[in-house]
Amino acid sequence: MLNFAGQLINLFAAMLLLISFAMLSQRRVLSLINLFALQGLVLAVSTMVVAYSSSQHHLYYSAGLTLLLKVLVLPWILHRLIRKLNVKWDVETMFNIPTTMLVGIVLVVFAFNLAAPISQMAGTITRGTLGIAMACVLLSFLMMITRSKAVPQVIGFLAMENGLFFAATSTSYGMPMVVELGIALDVLIGMFILGIFFFQIRETFDSLDLKHMEKLKED
Amino acid sequence: MTIFSTLLPIDTALGVVVCWLLLGLTGLLLQNTALITRYIFPAGALAALLLAAAALNNLGGDSNVAVLALGLPDLPFHLRLDALSAFFLLLLGAASVGISLYSAGYFRDMKGGALGLLCFEYHIFLASMALVFMADDAYLFMVAWETMALSSYFLVTTDHHVAQARRAGFLYLLIAHVGAIAILLSFGVMQGGQGDYTFASMRDAQLNAFWASVTFLLALFGFGAKAGILPLHAWLPEAHPAAPSPISAMMSGIMLKTAIYGILRVSFDLLDAPQWWWGALALTLGLLTALYGVLFAAVQTDMKRLLAYSSIENIGVILTGIGLAIIFHSFQKEALAALALTAALYHSFNHAFMKGLLFLGTGSVLHATGERNLGRLGGLIHRMPKLALLVLVGTLALAGLPPLNGFVSEWLLLQAFLLSPGLPHSYLNMLIPIAAAALALAAALAGYVMVKFYGVIFLGQPRGSDVVGQKPFDEVHDVGIWERIGLTWLALGCILLGVFPVFFILLIDFVSQMLVGHTLGVSAAQTGWLWLTPIQPERASYSPLILFVIIIAGVLFTLYGVKKFYHARLRRSPAWDCGYPEQTARMQDTAEGFGQPIRQIFQLFFGITREVPGPFDKKPHYHGETSDRLWEWCYLPIARLTDKISALTGKLQHGRIHAYLLYSFVTLLALLAFVR
Repeated sequence: MLNFAGQLINLFAAMLLLISFAMLSQRRVLSLINLFALQGLVLAVSTMVVAYSSSQHHLYYSAGLTLLLKVLVLPWILHRLIRKLNVKWDVETMFNIPTTMLVGIVLVVFAFNLAAPISQMAGTITRGTLGIAMACVLLSFLMMITRSKAVPQVIGFLAMENGLFFAATSTSYGMPMVVELGIALDVLIGMFILGIFFFQIRETFDSLDLKHMEKLKED
Repeated sequence: MTIFSTLLPIDTALGVVVCWLLLGLTGLLLQNTALITRYIFPAGALAALLLAAAALNNLGGDSNVAVLALGLPDLPFHLRLDALSAFFLLLLGAASVGISLYSAGYFRDMKGGALGLLCFEYHIFLASMALVFMADDAYLFMVAWETMALSSYFLVTTDHHVAQARRAGFLYLLIAHVGAIAILLSFGVMQGGQGDYTFASMRDAQLNAFWASVTFLLALFGFGAKAGILPLHAWLPEAHPAAPSPISAMMSGIMLKTAIYGILRVSFDLLDAPQWWWGALALTLGLLTALYGVLFAAVQTDMKRLLAYSSIENIGVILTGIGLAIIFHSFQKEALAALALTAALYHSFNHAFMKGLLFLGTGSVLHATGERNLGRLGGLIHRMPKLALLVLVGTLALAGLPPLNGFVSEWLLLQAFLLSPGLPHSYLNMLIPIAAAALALAAALAGYVMVKFYGVIFLGQPRGSDVVGQKPFDEVHDVGIWERIGLTWLALGCILLGVFPVFFILLIDFVSQMLVGHTLGVSAAQTGWLWLTPIQPERASYSPLILFVIIIAGVLFTLYGVKKFYHARLRRSPAWDCGYPEQTARMQDTAEGFGQPIRQIFQLFFGITREVPGPFDKKPHYHGETSDRLWEWCYLPIARLTDKISALTGKLQHGRIHAYLLYSFVTLLALLAFVR
């Protein structure tokens, strides 16, 4: 049974990594949001599997919270936002995608290399997935760097939080409930604030392209 | 009375601090000029008097400690009132009585809102200085020290709509912060790795010679920045003219002494066993500062800048005394160390009174005429006789003339120099006579500067014929009653300190007993209070009271003679105008002209730019400026370097969010790879 759960968790971890790569290469904003929601779903399910197999009951709450926030609420807000901002069908690239993917692979190797000594020390069932969790964080970060529009950057930021959450689950069966609740609230509030910023940015620059913000620099 | 008997002096002192804070807050809330000037400032003066009384009461007593439950958790504020603290609290209280009383009159024309703010900052400034003197751990000391720096910064920039005041304030804040960092580092080294920052544990910490020296050098640098020791003096001549005059008086008279207190506290109390070369360094720096200050004072044309440079000189003199005391102390010549220390402490106290008096005097002149430039003043003794008399006392005291107080301390210091041969170090034995000569030169030049200061402002005729500064000469009025009370308090201090030095030295003895374990009082009291004999009667002694009586008698006698024999035949007529048919007031000696010989002789020190008219100019125009060479040698290179580094760093800033994200990404990766 445990072995099967372990296999299942590894599978979900692999799916997370795959979705991260997909997000990295996805140009369209709408699909990006859907991928983000999918990532949240995978995260929630894998957390539930971890909770079941290690009988850590508080992880059920975490999984529920993830499901509610990252699969339902945040994607819904993002959808509404892009509809209102009228950027639903926006396409954007900064670097060409193959290069980005290659850099992503290097990052994954780096992350695994980094995680190896830590996962040896960890006694959890999910220890093998720490490398993947870190890779997810780094890939999301990379996504933020390579995108020029505001909405994908915010999605990158949220995806990074997904990676962190996964890392916490895989090393130590999640963070204390208080911390998790705090982070969830932060993410939600952050989303609201960024949503307001989107409108402000568009009003000022007539575009959500962040390269216009260079004008703000003082000489 | 039972309440008072259980009340320790430190409680009284703390009460005064709280009282000042409350007064400041009340002033801030009231924002009413009449109420603030009539009640708050005099109440502050009363509190200051109470502080002085408490300090005087405790000077000979045991040191009392208190622990305040303020501060951070597990890190309370420690306070201690020992002889050294009490002495400086006495200085603070006694001098600020006069300054607060004067302020009550001086600020009467200020707008309520601005005055409320000023009153708040003023009392915070006073309270923080008192806390600096009472702090018994590095934590409270730094908090109070920084509060002092910040409140005085806001006071300096009272006229913040003037660009020059803002610039002066910035320079002051910059140097104050650089100094504060050095002080903090010094405390960090001094606690010797125990992690306990109370002064008690610093006294116990065993430092080896190297780390003790590092501590001393850091402290000297840090406190030197506040005191204006060369080459960190640049803020003084900028900040003092920019601030309102009572603030200048407070900063120059009292705040500079917090730095002196810090140097004494660190080198004699917290560090045991000072090394002789610390003293030699302090001595050299002190002499350089004194000479530099007095030379620049001689060529100034702005009266407050002149006084600021004179403050630099006096700090130099005090530091010289401290340096000498360290040298003697390190060679176990405690009697001589006590003498030099007494001179330094005495001069600190004197300087608070006389420089306070003079700065306040320039404030009154500025108030009456709206002019700081010496070149447009003159003849004010006719319109402001009371002020002229009071300022004359300060001028004579600062010039170091007997029987006033400036003479006593400089005389004591020179005695310490003259008694010094016999040190077991041949270089020092050669250095010290030279130092004594340099000190005498500085003292003489200080006299020259004071003649210029007084002569150009008060004597002669107004230089703009009938206009002095921005007012018609006839409309200039003498000082008001509050100002006069404040000035009189300080002038009386100068006279009493000069005429009855033995009593005051008995007070200083408590401090020297604590710091070097020896006193001067024994030998001073031998021959009675009339005669001041630092070591032995056959070597040197001085009786200021007898001299005072003789001088007064001489003056009265001459006055009588003049009245009797000369005034009877007095007649006023045009001056004998042979060769000077058109003599005007503008032909008087000017401030620049008066400083000209000094500028010629010591040309090397000054950066001089001059525009001299040619012989055929239709409208001849002369313009001369004397600038500080150290500014271009020390400060500008640092400023340029900082500018360059900032420009390089600025290149990192594109305004592109992606670049910023990339920076943090690369940093993250590098750190991860590093900890791996």
